[in-house]
Amino acid sequence: MSFQPTTLFDKVWDAHVVRKIEDGPDVLFIDRHFIHEVTSPVAFLGLKQRGLSVLFPERTFATADHNTPTINQHLPVQDPLSANQLKALETNTREYGISHWGLGNPKNGIVHVVGPENGITQPGMTIVCGDSHTSTHGAFGAIAFGIGTSEVEMVLSSQCIMQPKPKKMRITVNGQLGPCVLPKDVILYIISKISASGATGYFVEYAGEVFENMSMEGRMTVCNMSIEMGARGGMIAPDETTFNYIKGREKSPKGADWDRMLAYWKTLKTDEGATFDKELTFQAEDIQPMITYGTNPGMGVGISEKIPSAEEAGEAPATYRKALDYMGFNEFEDMIGKPVDYVFLGSCTNGRIEDFRQFAKVVAGRRKADNVTAWLVPGSRTVEAQIKEEGIYDILVNAGFNLRQPGCSACLAMNDDKIPAGKLAVSTSNRNFEGRQGPGSRTLLASPLTAAAAAVTGVVTDPRTLAID
Amino acid sequence: MAYDNFTVLESTAVPLPIENVDTDQIIPARFLKATERKGFGDNLFRDWRYDRDGNPIQDFILNNPIYSGKILVAGKNFGSGSSREHAAWAVYDYGFRCVVSSFFADIFRNNCLNVGILPVQVSPEFLEDIFRAIEADPKALLTVNLPEQTITIQATGKSESFDINGYKKNNLMNGFDDIDYLQSIKDEILAFSEKAVY
Repeated sequence: MSFQPTTLFDKVWDAHVVRKIEDGPDVLFIDRHFIHEVTSPVAFLGLKQRGLSVLFPERTFATADHNTPTINQHLPVQDPLSANQLKALETNTREYGISHWGLGNPKNGIVHVVGPENGITQPGMTIVCGDSHTSTHGAFGAIAFGIGTSEVEMVLSSQCIMQPKPKKMRITVNGQLGPCVLPKDVILYIISKISASGATGYFVEYAGEVFENMSMEGRMTVCNMSIEMGARGGMIAPDETTFNYIKGREKSPKGADWDRMLAYWKTLKTDEGATFDKELTFQAEDIQPMITYGTNPGMGVGISEKIPSAEEAGEAPATYRKALDYMGFNEFEDMIGKPVDYVFLGSCTNGRIEDFRQFAKVVAGRRKADNVTAWLVPGSRTVEAQIKEEGIYDILVNAGFNLRQPGCSACLAMNDDKIPAGKLAVSTSNRNFEGRQGPGSRTLLASPLTAAAAAVTGVVTDPRTLAID
Repeated sequence: MAYDNFTVLESTAVPLPIENVDTDQIIPARFLKATERKGFGDNLFRDWRYDRDGNPIQDFILNNPIYSGKILVAGKNFGSGSSREHAAWAVYDYGFRCVVSSFFADIFRNNCLNVGILPVQVSPEFLEDIFRAIEADPKALLTVNLPEQTITIQATGKSESFDINGYKKNNLMNGFDDIDYLQSIKDEILAFSEKAVY
């Protein structure tokens, strides 16, 4: 048989198909399953009602993150509903023999931060979690995507889910990124170009020099937000950067296993001549620091640009007007100079060590603006420890900032970290939906550098206009 | 969790002509703290439906007694964002059995099918036809015929066919679900796991 050029996505997907159902979905085997306290309790309840057990408990990993407090984690959780969910996760994981990094565990943190950090995430895996930002793990060349609670129950009971195979899209970005342009800006730029639904029905592979030159943290930021353009997931072919990141982590292969897996991982790339259902190409030099102005992540502009008209933005007029009314903005306004009330650094998008390094670069030798309340939330206990070890903590404190404890925090405001109604927040998280960060809150999505620039000036500021070491 | 079988649904519909309705709007995160699946319908579209003091916002469509029915008709890219199945539970628990749009977010569509809601994707033109029919008569009836895979506006007789794969169609018509199916092929899954790379 002649050589058939194949995409990375097809290689990984096809290797996991247990059965193809005619006129139906594929039965897909799942290598790693992450669970958290919010989307798993009803799945465990379902198992009990049906009298089912967990088929492979060693393939599922639990962490508490969505509704955990980010202060006083050593004290009992005060919200009784949150405490009940955390208790349910603890009870369920103990009953079924599933690893659980709960509150207080030194490995606790946001599920999409701790998975890679501990070497659980590896190239060529299928990874799911009841959380749409599971796409993060695609940075390692894995097929990773979010699922609903019924599917969590499927994975627990059978280690499989049933999914129609998505179409394939490749997004290539070549060239060199300019100063102060971070991976977050790259993905916000792409989403602004193709819209919040531009990749619905597709699985995306990111390719080109920009991603090849990106750190693993940066690749995770990009893949994380694949869902924000509707994609099922996003992935990047593993390379030396990937292998160096994985090597030596707790759950990564060791010794002869490492050599065997490395040889396999090196085959995980799209062959020349393989075809995609859709190809898009962008140029790095066209990307500047980005900021959103509306109520979906596709409503973003270069920070020096004005808010576009509905027509320029390609949005339906009624929906567009509703969004700008909610934000209190008008067409053709400048973003720069808008007074900022809150700054949020954190989340599975930008809560890793590299994000704190970037933020610290800006605030070093400066002071937090008096009008700004800043919440800096590490993605995990490990990130928190690194922040202290590297001296970033001292820089933050000297500039008038505090560090909170790890968790999802104000990204979705399930805990007490809620941006008050009407307040404007510059956030490094992933969604600017109405009320996402608290009822009535208004969110501008941006990179850690742009968030830091707002934190020290008190207004939306182009980080390129600040002298940064 | 068991759901009612879906075959032919004839109902009035509730129009929501807004695009990109994300699952945070369908059910905000602060209402995801239950450990059982019940009561989510009370918080469907919570922050569009009630003000901060819990009083109904009169001009929101669910608070307008003229509109009711088991079909929700929404603008394109309905259900984007978070994978929370609670959004589909809220839609079902409120009493909707079918959601019509010109475009659904992938995870929400899967979640609907898994909880017994039929997502019907129609052309943008047909979606406009439906909105117009409801505007002309809030009691306009729609017929959603799953066996035939058609949706019809009764007043005008206009009809369009929709896609659904045969497997999911059979599930909805008979109240089956994927968990039962996967249990039935467990031996095949165990054999597969023996040769899995990971």
